[in-house]
Amino acid sequence: MTTIAETPAAGGLFGFLDRSHTIAKPGFSRWMVPPAALCIHLCIGQAYAFSVFNLPMTKLIGITQSAPGDWKLTELGWIFSIAIFFLGTSAAVFGRWVEEGGPRRAMFTSGLCWAVGFFISAIGVYVHNLWLIYLGYGFFGGIGLGLGYISPVSTLIKWFPDRPGMATGMAIMGFGGGAFIASPLSVWLMQKFSTPTHVGVAEAFMGLGIIYLIFMWVGAAIVRIPAPAWKPEGYTPPVQASKLITTSDVFVYDALKTPQFWLIWWVLCLNVTAGIGVLGQASAMSQEMFPGHITPVAAAGFVGLLSLFNMVGRFFWASTSDYIGRKNTYFCFFVIGTVLYALVPWTGSIGSITGFVLCFIVIISMYGGGFATVPAYLKDMFGTRYVGAIHGWLITAWSMAGIFGPVLVNYIRQYQIDHGVPKAQAYNVTMYVMAGLLVVGFLCNLFIKAVHQRYHMKPVDTALATAAEAGREVAASFGSSRPAGA
Amino acid sequence: MSNTSQSGTKPWQLALAWVWVGIPLAWGVAETIANAAKLFH
Repeated sequence: MTTIAETPAAGGLFGFLDRSHTIAKPGFSRWMVPPAALCIHLCIGQAYAFSVFNLPMTKLIGITQSAPGDWKLTELGWIFSIAIFFLGTSAAVFGRWVEEGGPRRAMFTSGLCWAVGFFISAIGVYVHNLWLIYLGYGFFGGIGLGLGYISPVSTLIKWFPDRPGMATGMAIMGFGGGAFIASPLSVWLMQKFSTPTHVGVAEAFMGLGIIYLIFMWVGAAIVRIPAPAWKPEGYTPPVQASKLITTSDVFVYDALKTPQFWLIWWVLCLNVTAGIGVLGQASAMSQEMFPGHITPVAAAGFVGLLSLFNMVGRFFWASTSDYIGRKNTYFCFFVIGTVLYALVPWTGSIGSITGFVLCFIVIISMYGGGFATVPAYLKDMFGTRYVGAIHGWLITAWSMAGIFGPVLVNYIRQYQIDHGVPKAQAYNVTMYVMAGLLVVGFLCNLFIKAVHQRYHMKPVDTALATAAEAGREVAASFGSSRPAGA
Repeated sequence: MSNTSQSGTKPWQLALAWVWVGIPLAWGVAETIANAAKLFH
């Protein structure tokens, strides 16, 4: 095995990023990999907290209030949308590159893109050019998000073949938790650099960029992939495939041709659509459904509570799926979710804030659980070899849901109000529509069967892919061993 | 389960890695719980 220490000039300046230099030595603890993954996901989870910058960025000229020439909230809303668009696009386009190049190269690049996105955005704020922020946070940041989101997934699955749900749940939980850190940290940085004549957004962006770069590169340094024949102590891999867990691999582009991929795509899309629309409107909805009882301060607390359960649900449900199976876990989401969405209008009609809050914390835990369970679902259906790349394509379902969920909630609410429905009841139809979406999701999940073996990689294809992987690693080692100037 | 051995990952390395991610996460969660508590006041 080649190590960085053995080959100082490994593969050129960035040789240490090669997959071959990421292979774990005997005795490496697999429990080092979840913190490495968390280093990435805790940072990119900042995306959920980007809205803390929106209001300050509308006052960059006027300082205390918006002045002519200041940016409008509608213009600023595009920053997040562009980032989410490039998250989905980059995850799909670079999924195979991430899979084949190994997690360290992907994490390193993700950290670089994420930090560069903040640096360019800081310049954009400084010179007051919104297009630079679209380019920085939207484009570069979006690519950092996409690469970072998928980069540790297949590595964790390979390290934890006995508990893939728990392992990916841990990492994806970090994405939910990233907002918790980013929100108070961003506010603190802005306060630190604000003066009576200056809003400290640019400096906060610079600070976040530096902090995230260091944090993400630490994750890239820690991460390792298991040696080819490695398996956990006491773990015996199943010799025969069970009903819904394959022992074969499916090539990434063949996976896209299977009905199973698209059924899981819809399962994720519908589960996310139902959750994301509510998450975005939680504050306004709680106040409008319980006027005079839930104040803006209490509504902010409600949003915090939802974020907490969004994070906890990721770990809880993904870990549970290791015991009850992925398909059954999604059945839980769709059955319980449908019942709870249908109950929400009733909690409003009887004025039960407790019932309302309970319904939504469970719903949001299942929204997070849907994200965290899906990589293990893909692994069960398509095998381990290309699961990262296939997951990358699946992330487009999130981008789609991110657009349609909030639009659906806002549109239905406005339609209701325009037709004379009181604000307190304006969300009732929305809740029934969400319940309906989950019924469709239930049906999609019901139709998921094992992937037909004609899509499985043949032994010769697997051997060729393994040889190609080994070839890249050998080439990297040879490249690394060349004397300087050769 | 954990493949820690004398030649591999040291316990302090493992602890350090978890503390590195655990402290900011715990701080963020504490801030959020404090915020969420306002719902019940």
